[in-house]
Amino acid sequence: MQILVFIETDGGAAVASSWEALGKALSLTDQVSALVIGENVGDVAAEAGSRGAKTVYVIDDASRALFDLDLYAADASNVLSQSEADAFLASHTGNGRDLMAAVGFDLQAGVLADCLDLSADGDKLVGLRPIYSGNILVDATTSGPVQLATLRPRAAAPAEPTGASADIVSVTPAAVAGRVEVQKVERAEAGEISLTDANVIVSGGRGVSKDPELGFKLIGELADTLGAAVGASRAAVDAGFIEYKHQVGQTGKVVRPDLYIACGISGAVQHLAGMNASKVIVAINKDSEAPIFSVANYGIVGDLFDVVPAMNEAAKGKL
Amino acid sequence: MKYLVCVKQAPDTAELPKVKAEEAASGELSIQLVVNPWDEHALESAIQSSEDYGGSVGVITVGGEKAIDALRSGLAMGCAEATLIEDTEADAWGVATLLAAAIEQMGDVDLVFTGQLTVDGNSGMVPIALARKLGWPVLTGVAKIIEVTDDSIVVERVVGEARLTVKTQAPAVLSVIKEIGEPRYPTFIKIRKAARVKIPTLTASDLGVDAPAPVVQMDNYRKPPARDAHVQLFDNASDLVDALLAEKVL
Repeated sequence: MQILVFIETDGGAAVASSWEALGKALSLTDQVSALVIGENVGDVAAEAGSRGAKTVYVIDDASRALFDLDLYAADASNVLSQSEADAFLASHTGNGRDLMAAVGFDLQAGVLADCLDLSADGDKLVGLRPIYSGNILVDATTSGPVQLATLRPRAAAPAEPTGASADIVSVTPAAVAGRVEVQKVERAEAGEISLTDANVIVSGGRGVSKDPELGFKLIGELADTLGAAVGASRAAVDAGFIEYKHQVGQTGKVVRPDLYIACGISGAVQHLAGMNASKVIVAINKDSEAPIFSVANYGIVGDLFDVVPAMNEAAKGKL
Repeated sequence: MKYLVCVKQAPDTAELPKVKAEEAASGELSIQLVVNPWDEHALESAIQSSEDYGGSVGVITVGGEKAIDALRSGLAMGCAEATLIEDTEADAWGVATLLAAAIEQMGDVDLVFTGQLTVDGNSGMVPIALARKLGWPVLTGVAKIIEVTDDSIVVERVVGEARLTVKTQAPAVLSVIKEIGEPRYPTFIKIRKAARVKIPTLTASDLGVDAPAPVVQMDNYRKPPARDAHVQLFDNASDLVDALLAEKVL
């Protein structure tokens, strides 16, 4: 099997979870090539080679500085036919999902979306797909001219740099006019860790309500000490305690960190759907009957306003 | 301005854990079905846009006969008309093909609103496929409608950790996230009125299309392994931190 992997770029740098897609592809076959689209992405292309891609197709053009679905889908379709790959893989980011959907529909090829794992059965790609919001798993395969799949961030180990080098193939940008004008780009603050990429997440829920500002300040301080991202339950977001972008769960983000610390979160099924694939779950809650304890590995029955700062002090001393 | 919201009837999220593997495989669910929660935000956003910029809102779904209930929820929120495309076999590409055929038949749709994904299929493929079929631009992750004119729209999108303000031409397809606004509660009078609206039912042959055969095959439906759920409780934070260090997750 030959797999082409989309290495997403942002501001000339690779989106980290793209290396996980490359790592997964390399675990299935040694016939792996990469597709890098962007502006000033020569370093990313070289890095894709160092991390194991045999051939790297590069479209480096000012018109590609920002992801534009019309342009990127046309480029990807061109490279897909040029590379003669049997399969095309991306990380299931927003852009990765959009690209695969567009290329897949255009070619009437199926997409195995948001897979937790991929395996190869001969030349057939088999995706482990969660459906019903993680409550059912299936083995999915596709028919069609090419097999497409997206891999959930943190579902595979990233390909590591080896110092190898790839054949770099410079590809002419597809002659397609964009229809979307980007008027403003606000990037995340430097140092902010994204929930979907985080190793550790500290989350707050309704339990902060007696003093939400202080509650999320304490949670933020613990997160800083642990190098963690800050999450929240829907209850905390709907109450206006914290912005929606922090919401973990059914109508927020689905995360799978190594460690998830739930502070004052009761554990409604909609929240569990977003975090119950975490490796280790810690529950801090005043109510020993809270459902969160039934999925937790460790816990403290207590008030987060006492426990969180105590954890922060303890962690500072030990890390 | 004509807005059209594509909705799907999906399980009530509180009941999702009760879905059995054999039910998922057959599609015959015994649990409560409601409007997919992401689509409720699409309904709200389209109705709000029609109030801010003028125009009317329609709602459409692809599904079985019972999916009419999802359309009635849309009518009760403030949509003026509803359409059911009866089909239970289509996968994401099939649904997009059927929706596109209906939209082309309507002929006057300016903006299509959808939720970002469904809580059952979870793929998030349909809005993009629909736009490709129509040949329209698509904007996903829409968090805010900034301006609507006769032939353009300006929105704020969330893409990864970044926020983008973008403008595109209408007609277009938008997929929205929760931040765009909480769905309004229908009033009693609107629910009564919605119950009386006649909802036309179309089939693929009415639309003059063949939905493509499914290209994703799913097999071996199963429940995920249960978490090894034996919580170890600590009395103090220091012991807890030690346990996390021993687990090598810190």
